[in-house]
Amino acid sequence: MDKLHLDKHISQQFDSELEDLKSQVLEMGGMVEQQIIDAVESLESADSKLAEKVMRIEDEIDLREVALDEACMTVLACRQPAASDLRMVLTVTKMTRDLERMGDEAQKIAKMAISLTQDGAAPGGYEEVRHMGTQVQNMVHSVLDAFARFDVEKALNVAKADKQVDREYKSAMREIVTYMMEDPRSIGRVMNILWALRSLERIGDHTRNLAEHIIFLVKGLDVRHVTVSEIERKIQKSQ
Amino acid sequence: MEAVMKETQTENLTERAEQKDHLQQEHTGETVGTSFCNDAKMSMRNVNVYYGDKQAIHNVSLDIGRNEVVAMIGPSGCGKSTFLRCMNRMNDTIESCRIDGEFILDGADIYHAKQDVVPLRAKVGMVFQKPNPFPKSIYDNVAYGPRVHGLADRRSDLDEIVEVSLRRAGLWEEVKDRLNSPGTGLSGGQQQRLCIARTIAVSPEVILMDEPCSALDPIATAKIEELIAELSENFTIAIVTHSMQQAARVSDRTAYFHMGKLIEVNDTKRVFTNPEHDLTEAYITGRFG
Repeated sequence: MDKLHLDKHISQQFDSELEDLKSQVLEMGGMVEQQIIDAVESLESADSKLAEKVMRIEDEIDLREVALDEACMTVLACRQPAASDLRMVLTVTKMTRDLERMGDEAQKIAKMAISLTQDGAAPGGYEEVRHMGTQVQNMVHSVLDAFARFDVEKALNVAKADKQVDREYKSAMREIVTYMMEDPRSIGRVMNILWALRSLERIGDHTRNLAEHIIFLVKGLDVRHVTVSEIERKIQKSQ
Repeated sequence: MEAVMKETQTENLTERAEQKDHLQQEHTGETVGTSFCNDAKMSMRNVNVYYGDKQAIHNVSLDIGRNEVVAMIGPSGCGKSTFLRCMNRMNDTIESCRIDGEFILDGADIYHAKQDVVPLRAKVGMVFQKPNPFPKSIYDNVAYGPRVHGLADRRSDLDEIVEVSLRRAGLWEEVKDRLNSPGTGLSGGQQQRLCIARTIAVSPEVILMDEPCSALDPIATAKIEELIAELSENFTIAIVTHSMQQAARVSDRTAYFHMGKLIEVNDTKRVFTNPEHDLTEAYITGRFG
């Protein structure tokens, strides 16, 4: 069953509860997306004010997670959802957890940005942060779009994109090590860039998790812990 | 993000218009899922049932496996109770009712001209929606069947059957000191368990249950459900229920009926997490208008 028909319950109250879960996830996702943009920007432009804003908003994201969990618990207790409704609620609880972790990673990048403004700029690595940052932002945007439209194809593309981010991360690591070797005095500052890249790579992984949750939601297929080509095969088989 | 949400909302509206009649679609195809099993206790094939001119069941085929619990669900009037009642010829008493197709119990057709319905109903027992104990003592309620079928020669044998049946029905501890009090004096849940004890006293092989908990409170319901799990070790059980959660809890396979047709039969776990047919999905998630 590809279409979820969230708006077709006999109980319109139930319709609106599920619709509400969906829009709350999208709102939380939008906040996380902005956090990533701001965190990367603050690091690139050594903007400690922007970095502090990221730190502040992180608390709001945590509150969103708690509120969404509570809403899911209420739906489970009061509606005893089954089939696609059950998958919807389970997916929302899983997605909020990943989104919250993504927010944590954005906060870590902001922390690195603050350190760098205090200790002085690193000799390089900013280009890599910008590049990976853009890739990851695009993935997050696409995955939220995939959730809004229950679009399996789009979710699959996000999972594919994560492989690209992993490759970028590896090559950036090699680059960063050369900076360290050239000037050992810069190791402390370069490490900050490295942690930021690491956080972006983790955000990529969480985004892939989100994509897998969406495939589970729409198709009822558990596609965790398998390769992207295996996911593709499973989806094709189910059609 | 807001732009995306707005866009999807508009898309949803268009889709809604396109799929307006989607849920009212007629089921034309075959039953989806796994209707058949290797070790079938009862096999129903190409069953059609008519009440006068009206067809209540359309070409249904289904196996009930040995020691399996099969739940039949579906909206009122979908034919699930009719189908269940045909499984021990309970519909024979309705004059306008005509039945086509095969009902095979252990390889023999239960509608065969030489089949006597009395031993058949001892083999295929039934528990009804409302508890219906006889206006007799608790002991006599349970002993009635074994007496009629001549299952016990001596009083001590009969005592044993009564005790074993009441124990299996989880009622013995509650009634052992008042076996001579009237069965009708028990609470609703106890009466239903008494009816189950009465059914199993004649050592049936199959137990049919027609909404056995719909007149009971949640505690009595939980006790009956627990009992179904225990009974399934020795008996084959088919249960009709309006409570989807109950079907999900007690059964191995679930059959979904809709307008006299068997739409889907699948492992219960599958039906309640990711059903194969859209109509099943619509029913179990409460999407019927």
